[in-house]
Amino acid sequence: MGLWVAPGLLLAMALTLHLAEASAPPHRDYCVLGAGPAGLQMAYFLQRAGRDYQVFERASRPGSFFTRYPRHRKLISINKRHTGRTNSEFNLRHDWNSLLSHDPRLLFRHYSRAYFPDAGDMVRYLGDFASRLRLRVRYNTAIAHVTLDKDRRAWNGHYFILTDQKGQGYRCSVLLVATGLSVPNLVDFPGAEYAEGYESVSVDPEDFVGQNVLILGRGNSAFETAENILGVTNFVHMLSRSRVRLSWATHYVGDLRAINNGLLDTYQLKSLDGLLESDLTDLAVVKDPKGKFHITLKFYVEEGNQSAEAVPLPQDDSDNFAMRVAYDRIIRCLGWNFDFSIFNKSLRLSSGGEFSKKYPLVRPSYESKGSRGLFVLGTASHSVDYRKSAGGFIHGFRYTVRAVHRLLEHRHHGAAWPSTELPIAQLTSSVLRRVNEASGLYQMFGVLADVVLVKENGTAFEYLEEFPMQMLAQLETVTGRQARHGLFVINMEYGRNFSGPGKDVFFYDRSVGYTEDAWQSNFLHPVIYYYRQLPTEQEVRFRPADWPLPRPAAIHHIVEDFLTDWTAPVSHILPLRRFLENCLGTDLRGFYAESCFLFALTRQKLPPFCQQGYLRMQGLVGTGSLRQHRVASGLLQGYAAAGKRSEDSGQRPGFQEPADQPQAPGPLDQPLTGNKEEL
Amino acid sequence: MMSFSFNGFRVGISFVMMCTVYKSAVNSLPELSPQRYFSTLQAGKASLAYFCQADSPSTSVFLEELNKAVKPLQDYGISVAKVNCVKEETSKYCGKEKDLLKAYLFRGNILLREFPTDTLFDENAIIAHVLFALLFNEVKYITTPEDLQNIENALKGKANIAFSYVRAIGTPEHRAVMEAAFVYGNTYQFVLTTEIALLESIGMEDIKYAHLYFFHCKEVLDLTQQCRRTLMGQPLTTVDIYRFIKSMEAPLLTEVAEDPQQVTTVHLQLGLPLVFIVSQQATYEADRRTAEWIAWRLLGKAGVLLLLRDSLEVDIPQQANVAFKREEGMPVEFLVLHDADLVISYVENNTHIEETREDEADDMEGPDMEMQDDEVAESVYRDRKRQLPLELTVELTGETFNATVMASDSIVLFYAGWQAVSMAFLHSYVDLAVKLKGTPTMLLTRINCADWPDVCTKQNVTEFPVVKMYKEGENPVSYSGMLGTEDLLKFIQLNRISCPVNITSIQEAEEYLSGELYKDLISYSAVSVLGLFSPAMTTAQEDFTEAGKYLKGYVTTGIYSEEDVLILSNKYTATLPALLLARHKERQVESIPLANTHAQDIVQIITNALLETFPEITVENLPTYIRLQKPLLILFSDGIINPQYQKALLTLAKEKHLDSVIPCWLNLKNTPVGRGILQVYFEILPPLPVLVVVNLHSGGQVFAFPSDQAITEQNLLLWLKKLEAGLESHITILSAQEWKPPLPAYDFLRMMDAAASQHPTRKGPEGMKETDIQENDIQPEDKSAARNERIEL
Repeated sequence: MGLWVAPGLLLAMALTLHLAEASAPPHRDYCVLGAGPAGLQMAYFLQRAGRDYQVFERASRPGSFFTRYPRHRKLISINKRHTGRTNSEFNLRHDWNSLLSHDPRLLFRHYSRAYFPDAGDMVRYLGDFASRLRLRVRYNTAIAHVTLDKDRRAWNGHYFILTDQKGQGYRCSVLLVATGLSVPNLVDFPGAEYAEGYESVSVDPEDFVGQNVLILGRGNSAFETAENILGVTNFVHMLSRSRVRLSWATHYVGDLRAINNGLLDTYQLKSLDGLLESDLTDLAVVKDPKGKFHITLKFYVEEGNQSAEAVPLPQDDSDNFAMRVAYDRIIRCLGWNFDFSIFNKSLRLSSGGEFSKKYPLVRPSYESKGSRGLFVLGTASHSVDYRKSAGGFIHGFRYTVRAVHRLLEHRHHGAAWPSTELPIAQLTSSVLRRVNEASGLYQMFGVLADVVLVKENGTAFEYLEEFPMQMLAQLETVTGRQARHGLFVINMEYGRNFSGPGKDVFFYDRSVGYTEDAWQSNFLHPVIYYYRQLPTEQEVRFRPADWPLPRPAAIHHIVEDFLTDWTAPVSHILPLRRFLENCLGTDLRGFYAESCFLFALTRQKLPPFCQQGYLRMQGLVGTGSLRQHRVASGLLQGYAAAGKRSEDSGQRPGFQEPADQPQAPGPLDQPLTGNKEEL
Repeated sequence: MMSFSFNGFRVGISFVMMCTVYKSAVNSLPELSPQRYFSTLQAGKASLAYFCQADSPSTSVFLEELNKAVKPLQDYGISVAKVNCVKEETSKYCGKEKDLLKAYLFRGNILLREFPTDTLFDENAIIAHVLFALLFNEVKYITTPEDLQNIENALKGKANIAFSYVRAIGTPEHRAVMEAAFVYGNTYQFVLTTEIALLESIGMEDIKYAHLYFFHCKEVLDLTQQCRRTLMGQPLTTVDIYRFIKSMEAPLLTEVAEDPQQVTTVHLQLGLPLVFIVSQQATYEADRRTAEWIAWRLLGKAGVLLLLRDSLEVDIPQQANVAFKREEGMPVEFLVLHDADLVISYVENNTHIEETREDEADDMEGPDMEMQDDEVAESVYRDRKRQLPLELTVELTGETFNATVMASDSIVLFYAGWQAVSMAFLHSYVDLAVKLKGTPTMLLTRINCADWPDVCTKQNVTEFPVVKMYKEGENPVSYSGMLGTEDLLKFIQLNRISCPVNITSIQEAEEYLSGELYKDLISYSAVSVLGLFSPAMTTAQEDFTEAGKYLKGYVTTGIYSEEDVLILSNKYTATLPALLLARHKERQVESIPLANTHAQDIVQIITNALLETFPEITVENLPTYIRLQKPLLILFSDGIINPQYQKALLTLAKEKHLDSVIPCWLNLKNTPVGRGILQVYFEILPPLPVLVVVNLHSGGQVFAFPSDQAITEQNLLLWLKKLEAGLESHITILSAQEWKPPLPAYDFLRMMDAAASQHPTRKGPEGMKETDIQENDIQPEDKSAARNERIEL
């Protein structure tokens, strides 16, 4: 194969000929577009798996977005360096900047001491991440064009042909697009040209001294801009279509974070600065001879002639119109869109419709709806959980990228989704461990969920971590695991009615303390769904409104906890065990070897804990003091003392059987009555 | 804003309180014309009239409810009528439009109030509103804690207060309070609120339900002192409020010197029990103080009396210090309760029953699901406050793990601090450290995987607890024995020597077989295994070595492959390659040929060889015998086994008569749980020793050797033959029940469905808003508000 082809020649051939195999461009199994956080994260997983991959980066270093943005240099992703815990997985819940790797030096807390770090530190971090892990990144390579080349032998029935700015082509089996959102969002209205963009506006407050400033937009960039100039301007007005959404009320990190909300203070306290709601597309800006800007309605501008003095203004009719004052500057902070321009139409990479025009349309597996084998990663993949979860941010997409990698490992390399198989007696512990430490579940609540696949006879289970829960119906085909005997899905959720703009999240009685009210928990808490069989695609698609998953056979909420520490024996563990037991129709209690011994000689069946421990010579012996506690608790009779059959057996609380469940075995005394019946 | 402002209607209605119950012959709603109606009005009498158009439908929900209210209102002397507005007679009370129709309350011919019909949404609301309007002097409606404080201050030394909180006006609880006020409004100051904040200000957190407090202000003379409060424990119904107030009227403490059986007070009539505190002259003062304290605590729940023992003519038990009379006609129980709190809890537990039954019908789901029924979790929890001597084991961290296990031979316990089984085993582990203290064997370490999950994952630990042994130059070995002190100790001790041990001389081999070589290990491994190979048998040696490694920590193995191996094989009549098994207790050496045996089979041979012919069965060793899938022949013995029986059974075993069973014995002294087993087999513990055959694996039948026969070889043999022939009948069959969930789980799905199908009652900001509306709108004269009052009932 001709591996060395002059770029010019290749371009010429590409224009004139169908690319023949002999002149095929260099091939990679995986091509990653963009060496930002998501691209590097994917590169890391591909590298660890020993895959053939290449990252293409337009700039000369990773994370170029962060060299310019955010303009005021302060990241609003928290860098919590101290949690009082040593659990590295748990600590990632409050480290929103690190990428996932096996190298503890590559944790962001080693790069910045600031709670809200400087963007420069992120650039430095990403640089180290790429170089220390020796990720294969091709810098200074701007992919200008992506097309499809149909080929039946290709993994996905086609190859992706990438062409860079020099005309060099690359052929890829799988294309991973991690280019982020790079095109500033523009709104078209008369006079839009007078607005300066966030991307280029001055960040020096001196330039705003004594000015009237109008900011278009209501996101974090708008508030960040306002925050910077609040002290020197006459006033700042902010205009956007929708009401302000405070992230602590919506529980969505993309909404306005408390760190940027200084303007709300002066607006609400002193009517100094202000927020206004209007559809920007209805507006028009006219410039007067003094260079000041006046807000009017598009409708007026279209009606009258275009000269500035003659344009009617709203205040002509209504003399208390809010924006009747003239502005010195108008700044546009309307966010970014995905750059669709480099993708050929044949890739059918389209925007996500009404609600997420800024994002390309992808499936819950992050695969493009238009082209098999094209996956969108990182910020650009946020259409999956826009305004819901954290998939548009580093602390969220580091996990969705891992999920995509796991899907690819199965699809192309036959490696089933990693799982741990354990005896059923370990089920309660396995679930507890994850809900108490897992960061992926915690960040990507409602998107990634753990799945427990029950094995035949219910004696064992497989534990799969952080599976994209909207793919549940296709779980068997995309993971290579079998779900024939029932499954549990472990998700983290806020209360159904708790989050939303304008909701009072501080209302009295907001926290739930009783386990029987756990389903009304408001703060993020674990919810476990049980299905007897995999839901179908139909069931997932047409699930009840507000439900993240189809209606399960049973559901359990672990009651919210102020410390997010769900290890309390009675409030957290016991109700969870009862739920799992009732779903599986078995007894998941732990027993000491002595109890197992008794059961082994007095019953034909043993509880799973005894079967899987004691009978395999791994019984739990216990100590004298624990035995005394057992006797004291009434869960064990002091056998040494029992000379005659105890008549008060029913009064021992632990093994007492509910009257309506005569079939449930009472480990110690039930056999007595059972025998009578059988004799 | 919320205070009452209809001073214009301030007319005395005390007659209402005094009037005898006015009985009407008819309970149905009379229908009158306006003229006729006004002619029936009597001075001073209250009347509720509903004005409606003559052509309006004769039935409506409101009319049905009004009809139901006729009788109760008549009982309070209030007449009710439906007035048909006919064209000929115009009345200002007849609205112009159909939907403007209202009900009006008159006293004589004076209008007291008008009610939009939607205020009077049901029978309870009608009665509550009408009484509320009539009793506005007797029932003070308040909205702030200050209002309550003012009333309290004003009444100190004068009168007691009945303060109640209801969730809204027009509720059944509101009606009950108003009915009580009708009767007691002269005697006590009734105070009513719908403000949650007010309820909270007096320390009540349960705001879901209506509550009634009795404020004992009358005896308060010092104005700076607070009135004592008694909370009514029952739900607010008319009858219960009546009973409660009645019990408040009864004297706090009564002294009696008569037979408690004969004593009766108003409490018994009210269905409340009596508690007698037995007193003697010597301790009278103290007893009285105690009794008063108890009386305050039990106010409204029971009557408390001081029983003077010294002046008593009947005998009561000497020890008893409390007597309890549950109800009239029931015998008095005499109790010994050494603590006033015990008296309270005894009474509360014994009077509780009736109430909980009502509760259960409502929302109790049966058994208490929050009762811990996991013995491991419960015992660990109960022990949580005890300080374990954890310092005897080295706590590892992510930073120290690798360095530690590389620097010295270590045992590592991987556990999770929140997992009960882990923590139970940690107890044993610490006990082991205590035992090994000062003996330099291995470093005992532990790591909490809840703190260092990455270390545990890296060590392939996915469940808890796990014990691993790290030795220099060797792969870590997982411990797979019993999770207890003894077995882990054995594992550690046997791991001190390599496995198999390389024996290099005949003399050493003999010492090894006699137990001399590893004297201190004999107690951990009752059998020493020696593989004999000629130097050329490399494959066989490898197999044996592999088997030895597998059994490391569980049994001592050695290997001998010197040129002079024939000396040993000849001596022990073994054909090479062979195994020699030295049973130290029996001082026997047995040989087993090993031709072409793979490692796995060697492990099996050795494992089987470790089994005894007639073992004492224990908690620890039962699993190894159960694996054999044969019925157990167990001799239960209280203490050491009678040598005669042992001999009989051993003889039978030797003669291969017992091959179809596993003969064993159980020492109840060592294994007390054996009694529990016998109880299952026999129901009543039989005289010991007793011999049974338990068919664990097929059918679960239990057979008992006849107790009237001596345990001899002959008798046993005969009995076993009969058993095999099916001529013996079993004494019991072991339960074959599956292990189902011990208790049900919360059915959150059902609760969510129920909430979704009703109006939104769930906790959330919206629910809160509705509450706000309700709170602001309960002002009685606010006509538009009534619609909201039912929300969240």
